Amino acid sequence: MWNFSVVTGWIDALLHRWMGATWALVAEFVIVGLALLAVYAVLALALIYIERKVCAFFQCRIGPNRVGKWGVLQSVADMIKILLKELIRIDRSDRFLFRLASFMVIVGSICTFAALPFDKALHAIDFNIGIFYILAVSSLGVVGILMAGWASNSKYTMIGAMRSGAQLISYEISAGLSLLVIVILSGTMQLSEIVEQQADMWFIFKGNIPAIIAFFTYIIAGHAETNRGPFDLPEAESELTAGYHTEYSGIQFGFFYLAEYMNMFIIAAVAAVMFLGGWTPLHIPGWEGFNHAMDWIPGIVWFFGKTFACVFIALWVRWSFPRLRIDQLLGLEWKILMPICLVNVVLTSILAILI
Amino acid sequence: MGTSANLILFWTLAAVIVGSSVLAVTARRMMRAATWLLFVLIGTAGLYLLLNYHFLAAVQLSVYAGGVLVLFIFAIMLTSANGDRTEPQDKRRIAPALLTSLAGAGVAVVAVMKQRFLYGAPVEGDTEINMKAIGTALMGSGKYQYLLPFEALGILLLICAVAAILIARKK
Repeated sequence: MWNFSVVTGWIDALLHRWMGATWALVAEFVIVGLALLAVYAVLALALIYIERKVCAFFQCRIGPNRVGKWGVLQSVADMIKILLKELIRIDRSDRFLFRLASFMVIVGSICTFAALPFDKALHAIDFNIGIFYILAVSSLGVVGILMAGWASNSKYTMIGAMRSGAQLISYEISAGLSLLVIVILSGTMQLSEIVEQQADMWFIFKGNIPAIIAFFTYIIAGHAETNRGPFDLPEAESELTAGYHTEYSGIQFGFFYLAEYMNMFIIAAVAAVMFLGGWTPLHIPGWEGFNHAMDWIPGIVWFFGKTFACVFIALWVRWSFPRLRIDQLLGLEWKILMPICLVNVVLTSILAILI
Repeated sequence: MGTSANLILFWTLAAVIVGSSVLAVTARRMMRAATWLLFVLIGTAGLYLLLNYHFLAAVQLSVYAGGVLVLFIFAIMLTSANGDRTEPQDKRRIAPALLTSLAGAGVAVVAVMKQRFLYGAPVEGDTEINMKAIGTALMGSGKYQYLLPFEALGILLLICAVAAILIARKK
């Protein structure tokens, strides 16, 4: 199968011919960083358009349809508008923390995004601790949200931040425990190796019942972690105006907005990598011709196809279920989801020992 | 990576850690002090990354930056208002405080200088420790393996959690 190591290897050789080893490395850091930022921004715009369109179809509307064919340029226009908006200075707010909060949220999100394996060899950094790194870095966003709620000096943002802190910390447990099931099944935390192991069959199929349970618990916990409906209490617009980012304007609000959408993408991508085989094609043991035909589809198409399928589930859930109350939300995590996850981990361990 | 690049990264991280530590102590608002502490913790994680000890860096981030610090911020949010500032430091305390911190730094420097490091150069860490090796060392019961301390600490943390719930519960 063709992979991206040809391209990356060629760029690497070219840079080494032009300059010394250290400077080549620095140049590569810059190139990788710029590429990731560009992909991050473009994906966020695409996701905002998809969300608006899908939401419109769920509500029997047409959605954006004026800017460009089928309104595809709508989110680009929105981006230009948000870049030109004034940054409002909030009276008696903590300005330093107010500014810092939006950066914290987006830095946590970009650091997570950078570690995703998009295709074979199209992987910025392949940590030995892969999935643990993703869980660790994504927890930086919580600090940013709490900071935003505090620094804005407003009751709505404060309540929104408190809710979101409680929610994110609680649901991180379930998300971590669900991913632990796959770590037990694969025996590694390295993302590239987890994906390689699913070349014959995806973990959701060969992981028996525990993997299926873990997939659903991860999806539920993931939706809660991204503050999206039915778990969007931190920004419940009917009660809290807009929650923790009520006081933000212009591009600072844009950062929160971008981070929210990209976190949804990251959760979907992690689900695709851990449970649905990342960039490996769909293989069914025994069907040689079918498997061979599937190999013709490039890995990056598989990755984005699976990820956007998971994103669609997130949108579907968001526009179908009503919002929970905060006590129901925390009760769901601590009384239902977490016990299920713990039992599931024990079940997986027993199965892993037996098989 | 070249030694010079390693040194540049190290000194940048060290400057961030030292600067943020001083600011964390001197900040007048609790929330800002917590924020500077966050930078100290992230900088320390960066040092672990520089040493190629990825596991410890991730633990540092998830336990301190994502766990302990969030608890701090929660506590500050629940107990103090936005305008609250701490009392200005007493001028008479400066000399003893300076003396104590210098003495502490001196002890640390002497200890580091006297220590003979196992792998020679302390700046370059090229050996990434495999996650499997860490896992078996933590969970094994043989020589140089830490199953018993691990379980003992687990029970200690469980006792703490139960006790905290017991204290927080109202009759």
